Amino acid sequence: MHDHAVTLSCKGVWKLFGENCEAFLAKKTGIPSQKDVQNAGLIGAVQNASFDIHQGEIFIIMGLSGSGKSTLVRCLTKLIEPSAGSVLFNGEDLLAMPEKELIDVRRHKMGMVFQHFALLPHLTVLDNVAFPLAIQGIKRAQREARALEVIELVGLAGRETYYPRELSGGQQQRVGIARSLAVEPEIWFLDEPFSALDPLIRREMQDEFLRLQNVLHKTIVFITHDFDEAIRLADRIAIMQDGAIVQIGSPEELILKPATNYVAEFTQQIPREKVLTAKSIMTPISAGTLSPSSFNKTVKSETRIQSFAADVVHDTQDIGVVNADGELIGTLTPGKVIDVLVSGNPAL
Amino acid sequence: MLGILLYYFSAQLPEQFAWLIKYPKSWTIPLKYWISDFMKWLIQDLDFGLFTFKEFTRSIAWLLEWPLRFASALLSEGFTFSSDPKAPVLVQRLPWVAVTAIFTLIAYRVNGWKLAILVGSCFLYLAIFGQWESAMVTLSSIVIAVPFGVFIGMLFGILGFRHKNFEMAMMPVLDLMQTVPVFAYLVPVLFLFGFGPVAAMIATMIYATPPMVRLTLLALKQVPAELVEYGRMAGCTNKQLLWKVQIPSARAGLMVGVNQVIMLSLNMVIIASMIGAGGLGYDVLASLRRLAIGAGLEAGVAITLLAIALDRLSQAFVQRDTTSFHPEDVHFLIRHRYLVTAIAGLLIVWIAGHFLPAVNHYPEAMQLTTGEFWSDLVKWLNINYFDQFEAVKTFLLLNFMIPIKRFLLAVPWVVIVAMVALLGYQLGGWRLSVLTALLSLFIAVTGQWQKAMVTIYLCGVSVLFATGIGVPLGMWAALNKKVYRVVKVIIDTLQTLPSFVYLIPVVMLFRVGDFAAMLAIIVYSLAPAVRYTIHGITQVPEDLVEASKAIGCTKLQILRRVQIPIALPEIMLGVNQTIMMALSMLVITALVGTRDLGQEVYIALTKADTGRGIVAGLAVAFIAIIADRLIGAWAKRKKQQLGMEHV
Ligand SMILES: Nc1ncnc2c1ncn2[C@@H]1O[C@H](COP(=O)(O)OP(=O)(O)O)[C@@H](O)[C@H]1O
Ligand SMILES: [Mg+2]
Repeated sequence: MHDHAVTLSCKGVWKLFGENCEAFLAKKTGIPSQKDVQNAGLIGAVQNASFDIHQGEIFIIMGLSGSGKSTLVRCLTKLIEPSAGSVLFNGEDLLAMPEKELIDVRRHKMGMVFQHFALLPHLTVLDNVAFPLAIQGIKRAQREARALEVIELVGLAGRETYYPRELSGGQQQRVGIARSLAVEPEIWFLDEPFSALDPLIRREMQDEFLRLQNVLHKTIVFITHDFDEAIRLADRIAIMQDGAIVQIGSPEELILKPATNYVAEFTQQIPREKVLTAKSIMTPISAGTLSPSSFNKTVKSETRIQSFAADVVHDTQDIGVVNADGELIGTLTPGKVIDVLVSGNPAL
Repeated sequence: MLGILLYYFSAQLPEQFAWLIKYPKSWTIPLKYWISDFMKWLIQDLDFGLFTFKEFTRSIAWLLEWPLRFASALLSEGFTFSSDPKAPVLVQRLPWVAVTAIFTLIAYRVNGWKLAILVGSCFLYLAIFGQWESAMVTLSSIVIAVPFGVFIGMLFGILGFRHKNFEMAMMPVLDLMQTVPVFAYLVPVLFLFGFGPVAAMIATMIYATPPMVRLTLLALKQVPAELVEYGRMAGCTNKQLLWKVQIPSARAGLMVGVNQVIMLSLNMVIIASMIGAGGLGYDVLASLRRLAIGAGLEAGVAITLLAIALDRLSQAFVQRDTTSFHPEDVHFLIRHRYLVTAIAGLLIVWIAGHFLPAVNHYPEAMQLTTGEFWSDLVKWLNINYFDQFEAVKTFLLLNFMIPIKRFLLAVPWVVIVAMVALLGYQLGGWRLSVLTALLSLFIAVTGQWQKAMVTIYLCGVSVLFATGIGVPLGMWAALNKKVYRVVKVIIDTLQTLPSFVYLIPVVMLFRVGDFAAMLAIIVYSLAPAVRYTIHGITQVPEDLVEASKAIGCTKLQILRRVQIPIALPEIMLGVNQTIMMALSMLVITALVGTRDLGQEVYIALTKADTGRGIVAGLAVAFIAIIADRLIGAWAKRKKQQLGMEHV
């Protein structure tokens, strides 16, 4: 992922709530600590957030409720003005952008999905999906044709004339998704899009989301408070705690090298086999020393243990691990796989 | 307690401190004369160069006159196409059959046959009981006043929503508009716009618009934050955000405002007839003055039914679900079959009306009247039960009302001002303290202390009774579904009755005076006490009640120890509303001979004395504002203590 261009970059973003927060930041030299903020009687909803989001990746911001996720994503879209820091979208400073240009960026390059769907109650599904196009002044026939396309894409064909309240929660969020995709945005923000849904529906929507992303390859900022959801969907996860980002990494990195106890507590609950790949528990061999054909079974190095465990636990022989080019890069004993399944802790 | 102590203490004061007890006449600021002079200057001298102020206001009246004339031609007089009022009618007005049918059909379309029957019967009553002519005069002013009121209300609401400063400046004005009694501004309206239906309509709009402003603001503020954020993310400009996201999403709240404007406009019908509105209001007023009970009652019922019909219709619009139509019935004629049928029917009936008088005017031979019946009933009641009525009245007057009145009149004004300030300080800090002290000082300084005390006495006694009846009734209804259903119907009806209507029966039975006034006020102001109590009790969390049951509380214990304490702030807000309604009714009871600020305002109206009316009106408003702020502060604090509202 990291070889792709940076789409969105935020540097030292702060958002403080409370009176005189500008004065507080102006007075401080250097980076104020959590303590300073609290002593000043302010709420540090977002504190010194910095990261780059690359083109085509699913970047997940994860944290408990109240940890500042929504505030952060609203800073990234300039729905709220950050107290300090900069946000660059395709290299351009969003915060310095004149109103007109910002509206243009939002109209054509950004899409957003909301936790409670935020559908316009007085419009039908079709009109809701066509709404962002109508705002741009696109002719009715043209925008409705485009709306029908995306409605079809999210599997709601046939419901065009319904009003939001006639739909189930899952269907309403599909409308929300269709609507945000209607303008073919470059970057897609989703603020807890599935949190208001029942667990079964949530899972179905996650699959749907992955299917869409396979087709669309958007750059995605996805917010959730559900670590399960995060590891299912993420390329990278940023973990937030009390307004600060405590660690950013792939699901595997978070599990294998939690930066703080806080992160470790989260990751403890997670079944290892769901996250760890063959690569992370193999005994490496330098590429080319052995041929894959010398093993009965081989697995790809990026495969998650969960997907091949059932297949190998009864074996007695070692399993070969191959990279994307088919070269053998390591070996794996069934015992190690069983270790992961039973103890949840790979013997590293 | 403190008041009583100070009172006895002050009785011992030497002569030179008498001013502490009774506000000296010579200290009175002649504010009312200043206002009257200012008014005179406005009307006679203010000149903008091209036109005078009076020309300006009269031209506004002239502008409003056109739509009003059109509506009145359409509904009641027919079109003459000539400025000569005696010219022959060329195109007839809408026949009674057509008007009834239109409203019934709309009711059916919006909410089904039940509402259709209700609305249809209301209009049939108007025709059968000979109220049609007057009712259409009234209706034509309503159908013009309401859209104007709604438009202006929305305009100011939106401006306040967009500009914080505008909102802050507007709020106190709204407070005053809603608390100053209507009578107080009838005189200036009369001076500025002349006597007649247009002036009446302007007064109606002044009275009916403030809730629309407030409800517009509220509805816009209540649009979910996510929806607004969505609008901005979709790239809406500020204008698009307002018109395409915020206003459509606030539709339900806005419709509540429309409903309020309709109800308040109807409530104004009788008062507006004092400055030339005509119609049903005039009929009631005229009968009330002649003490023609039957005729007054019939016209009063007609206003009520009109109010009920329009209220239920507009409420149905609020609650209506627009359901999707599905592709198979998209053909225009099918989709709009009601509209098409209605228009076709309307045209046929309208044309028929030109040839068949019975279609146009409900035949007089078929009209009924119950006027005789009511007059006889009252006569009979008075002959047979006079002594009983009189006994109740005398008992309450002697043992309850008069002592309270004497007490209030005897307490030194300084003590009351100090107490109000102290209360304000305890409940809401020094800001509230200064506000309440200044407002009560205003009353003393403008020389209205005595009358204000009579006002507080009459209002206080009525509120005491109204809460004494309303709160227990509300509790009973909250705990018992069957009772709830009955109570709800009663409350809904009470709230749709125009305030004047209450005067008719009490005057019939108890004649004029404080007692009759009190009865009318009690009935009029009962509804909020009941409504808020029901709401307060039912919003007590279910698990709390269940937990109390589980530890073995009896029903009565649960009520006393759990439900009432938690519901208390809400109940107090109900009492607050009851006070507001009592004060607004108080002014109207001036018609049945009270001696308070209401009478002062009313006298000012009859003498066309702008200053006197406004000063007394402001005094009434200030009493209302003091009560409102104090109770509001108390309820807010209590709610915070109970953790039901955040700081
Ligand atoms: N407008 C606001 N004013 C004051 N505090 C706020 C505001 N918005 C959010 N906060 C506070 O900022 C913190 C982070 O909130 P939020 O970003 O909504 O968290 P999350 O989305 O992770 O649940 C919370 O403590 C919240 O109370
Ligand atoms: Mg959130």
